[in-house]
Amino acid sequence: MEVAYRYVKQRRQFGRQPHFTDQGAELLLDLRPNEEHAKAWIVKQQATAAVQAAPDMSEHEVNTVAVVSVPKGMAHVEGGWAKDDVEGLLRFRKKVEKDEDYIRTVVRLGTMVEDLVKQNNAIDIYEEYFADVPAQHLSQAPSTSTLTILRDPSGVRRGAQAISWQPDGSGRLAVAYSVLEFQRQPAGMPSTSHVWDVANPGAPEAALAAPSPLVTLGFNLKDQNLVGGGQYNGQFTFFDLRKGPSPVEATPVEHSHRDAVRSFAWTQSKTGSELMSASTDGSVLWWDLRRLGGEPLESLTLRERGAGEAGAVLGGTVVEYSPQAGPTKFMVGTEQGAVLAGNRKAKNPADRITAAYAGHHSAIYALSRSPFFPKFFLSVGDWTTRVWNEDLRTPIITSPYNAAHLTGGTWSPSRPGVCYTIGHSGALEVWDYYLKQRQASLTGGRADVALVHRPLASLALAPGAAPRLAGIGCTGGTVTVLQLSEGLVEQQDNEKAVISAMLERESSREKNLEKSAKEAKAKARKEAARTAEPLDGATDEELAQLEREFMEMIKQ
Amino acid sequence: MTDVALVEETVKRLASHKGVVGIAIVNGDGVPIRTTLDPELAVTYAALVSQLALKARHMVRELAEDGSDDLQFLRVRSKKHEIMIAPAFDRDHNYTLLVVQQPDAE
Repeated sequence: MEVAYRYVKQRRQFGRQPHFTDQGAELLLDLRPNEEHAKAWIVKQQATAAVQAAPDMSEHEVNTVAVVSVPKGMAHVEGGWAKDDVEGLLRFRKKVEKDEDYIRTVVRLGTMVEDLVKQNNAIDIYEEYFADVPAQHLSQAPSTSTLTILRDPSGVRRGAQAISWQPDGSGRLAVAYSVLEFQRQPAGMPSTSHVWDVANPGAPEAALAAPSPLVTLGFNLKDQNLVGGGQYNGQFTFFDLRKGPSPVEATPVEHSHRDAVRSFAWTQSKTGSELMSASTDGSVLWWDLRRLGGEPLESLTLRERGAGEAGAVLGGTVVEYSPQAGPTKFMVGTEQGAVLAGNRKAKNPADRITAAYAGHHSAIYALSRSPFFPKFFLSVGDWTTRVWNEDLRTPIITSPYNAAHLTGGTWSPSRPGVCYTIGHSGALEVWDYYLKQRQASLTGGRADVALVHRPLASLALAPGAAPRLAGIGCTGGTVTVLQLSEGLVEQQDNEKAVISAMLERESSREKNLEKSAKEAKAKARKEAARTAEPLDGATDEELAQLEREFMEMIKQ
Repeated sequence: MTDVALVEETVKRLASHKGVVGIAIVNGDGVPIRTTLDPELAVTYAALVSQLALKARHMVRELAEDGSDDLQFLRVRSKKHEIMIAPAFDRDHNYTLLVVQQPDAE
């Protein structure tokens, strides 16, 4: 059966269309103003209210309370016997030795151990079969891991401006704490710097109580208990870790630098006590620790080569000295962006600055000679890292511009093609020229536990042939000790030859560019000289001829 | 023949083997009873080894479901030495024989 329903409605049931007509006005309501209400009327005070459509946001920073760990030890003293009660101990031993159980046990255990002793002598079960096979680390991505964090115990925010590892590899490092910004030192800031032991990050091992904050410091290379430090007030001072925190001697104020000692280096000498220091006041001074109280051994004012007395003085920010390049040679990086190379024993004192390498846009923060190729050096300044050849005035390798300012860098002592840089990004960057030139092969090792990136101020690699540790100090005052992966430390196959070839190639490229630039210049000069000559090439004879013709014409 | 001489013989035999640096027999309290090591060193070894053995024994017994298992032997291999620790845990007596050997001795 079909289910259907038909609804039918007729037209007339829809209703009719409306019909509109005009009509006269009709009063419905008459409301008169109320005078009483008008009196009560007052003007409301204006109020301003703002409404924003964007969601509200706020920033919070939370850090857990630092756990202060204190290592404690315990000395074991034998049994409960008094120290001099030897008899009691002997009696106890005798008693035990008579015990049958004891004898049985010892004999049983003796046979058991004897088997193992024999086994050990017969075969080396821990023998390494593949010890000679060279390791293949390249397949493994380079990495760093944070080993420990050393916090400035002073409680005031001071930057860790310099780090120096004790050269004997004991895992001790000295850290200089200071604030370099002009007049930004908080009132009552302690001026003490500290020596730390990596194994004991809870508390510093020793204090270096300098009268003025240390800006730079370094362990002496010969006597490893001596720490030299450059102070903010321009004096150089040194400490003996055996003698306590107070400085042993300091340079006299009248002969010291007039600005903070920004960098110093131990120079090669028989006693290992000589050093050179540089400051932003534009002077380089040579000192001997044994005669620190007197005048400096030598002094030099930093000026461009050949500028003479009238030339502008350049502020020194970093000193580079390495005996491999020559015991009298040195380099100074300046605030103005030029690297000055010098020779201390030049015949004429005016010739002590032998070369200037310009290119950086602002102050140089680090200089490092390649430990494998002393002719090549690395400079870090503005946003770039540059590699130079001593013989050329232009950099052979310039890194791409970094997003953040760079504040330090050094070559790896064990791998010819690796260098490390630090900067305001707060991360340690590793450049592996063996892999790629245009990009850092690793960016890692945040300096601070908080997510805030603190600018890094100092970098130092642990001493030794193949150091696995690097210390990076940030302006917040913490020093992070990083462990570098094996691939970053161990030399790769053929690496030295490859890097050497690369540096030579870049040098010759730069040399050719220089040559072609010189040629182009000479050509342009020649061109200019030729166009400057008078255009009409009339000779004297021709002029005489013309004159004669003119005279004849007049006579006619 | 249960005699002190037997102990002496065992110790001598062990000491005669190549590379053996020293032997110590330690009681449960970490007191060295008989040793061929330097007395100071023996005390240190005794104290540290007895603690380690106790810890190891706890571990073994904890792992065994019915508690019937027990530690038999412990070999500690270090860069320089191998310390062989043979503990014996009886009802009331508790001795440990430890032998320090230099395995790569020529």
